[in-house]
Amino acid sequence: MDAYDLVYETYGKLNADRSNAVLVCHALNAAHHVAGRYAGDPQNVGWWDNMIGPGKPVDTDRFFVVGVNNLGGCHGSTGPMSVNPKTGKPWGADFPVVTVEDWVATQARLADHLGIRRFAAVMGGSLGAMQALAWTYIHPERVRHALVIACAPNLSAQNIAFNEVARQAIITDPDFHGGHYYDRDTRPTRGLRVARMVGHITYLSDDEMASKFGRHLRNGKLNYTFDTEFEIESYLRHQGGKFSEYFDANTYLRITKALDYFDPALEHGGSLARALSPAKAKFLVISFTTDWRFSPQRSREIVKALLDNRCGVSYAEINAPHGHDAFLLEDARYHGLVAAYFDRIHREFAE
Amino acid sequence: MRKRGSNGFKRADFDAIAASIRPGSRVLDLGCGDGVLLKYLKGARGVSGYGVEIDDASVLGCAMNGVDVIQSDLERGLSEFESGSFDYVVLSQTLQAMMNGERVINDMLRVGREGIVTFPNFGYWKNRLQVLAGHMPVSDNLPYQWHDTPNVHLCTISDFEDFCAGHGVKILERKVLTESRPVSVLPNLLGALAVYRFQRA
Repeated sequence: MDAYDLVYETYGKLNADRSNAVLVCHALNAAHHVAGRYAGDPQNVGWWDNMIGPGKPVDTDRFFVVGVNNLGGCHGSTGPMSVNPKTGKPWGADFPVVTVEDWVATQARLADHLGIRRFAAVMGGSLGAMQALAWTYIHPERVRHALVIACAPNLSAQNIAFNEVARQAIITDPDFHGGHYYDRDTRPTRGLRVARMVGHITYLSDDEMASKFGRHLRNGKLNYTFDTEFEIESYLRHQGGKFSEYFDANTYLRITKALDYFDPALEHGGSLARALSPAKAKFLVISFTTDWRFSPQRSREIVKALLDNRCGVSYAEINAPHGHDAFLLEDARYHGLVAAYFDRIHREFAE
Repeated sequence: MRKRGSNGFKRADFDAIAASIRPGSRVLDLGCGDGVLLKYLKGARGVSGYGVEIDDASVLGCAMNGVDVIQSDLERGLSEFESGSFDYVVLSQTLQAMMNGERVINDMLRVGREGIVTFPNFGYWKNRLQVLAGHMPVSDNLPYQWHDTPNVHLCTISDFEDFCAGHGVKILERKVLTESRPVSVLPNLLGALAVYRFQRA
């Protein structure tokens, strides 16, 4: 790829010595719109608005926050929907598979463009946390702190299995056309809908689903048909439908692959500690007790590797009921901890 | 394990621990509370290291104090920590709150070259007096009522030394304090707080 566009947003002001920049990496479906609302579109709230903004845990009165839509995305950065200059047609299936490390490389170029030599912090949840982690061993000199939230050092067989179900749902949709659906004026929305439904199951805990939906019926009584009987079915269909309206299937496929391929220990004989050994950052690792997608045990693997390397690391296990989604939700203990950690970062560069 | 109680811990008690620690060493503080001891040791002895704590509010306190903390249950062991990876493993005012004190002392001696333990001496004469009067002791060093206390395994100085003798633990140093002043005569009777440094025999 000779050239590409990256769409980004910034919040707050970069200070004189450019030491207060925070990079926020997004997970599967989010993008550069991290916080706040657009003047002409007040409904469009940033995906981490409860975490980032004036007076919030990541306080934009003190920090210069950067949100970026990753390469291969569908929110303005170059992706499968973009025109391939060599053919004059959308990239579609020909858009390369991108990795977490590729994203870090492109984000580093954005940092160069913004004049940021070293980030005060790089942070993210889930796949975003994998990028934050990757930053620390790819660019050790450019990261002061890494916040690695609801992360895993690689995907488990079960994680990959769910991703593969999602991909097969998309690829086998007759409207997919091998990924070249743009010029046929069609989209594999059915496949994308099912893919998102599968994803949503893995984002919630069993308890959270039970307390939110239980066996509640959609229409008050059973009808013995294949229409939605239970509230949970209605919820998943709604989430899947909404998602398939705005998200691009080729992007979804590539992001699930980036997740599958992420495995820093692979090139180091399976040793995560060796993979992370270049890291010079200090770490805050956070997991959530009911997250079964990336369980606390997976975060503890990261913590152990960092302890083995004698890195500065703090680890918190937040007792939250929501499962993997907890990293996006407001929780006093979680947000209090992030706020205290950013106070510490702020004290460091204020000194 | 419940979080470390205040148990009347004072700055002079920190000094007693600090004096046992070589400058610049690596320290793991088990049941570190809000990290004040590690913060103190960083300033006074230039140590590096981590705290281990289970309580949410204490983990937040560590973050506020700029102390690295690993949220974990000591009763589940120290599997995150490599053998011999610390110069000292400190268990301050926490042993008496552990369900399985023997296991944690073994863990301390696996992970650290030396262990440091502090605990309120149940044999202190004021405690004995309260027991003689028919009540569980409540004092500066033992500030909890019997029905609402994290302290499940209180012991005396003699008990602890018997334990060490019977479990292959070699005591390197003992300091006994009452109201932050050293006690040299009849420590098990006159000492309110015990500080031990030990290693594998």
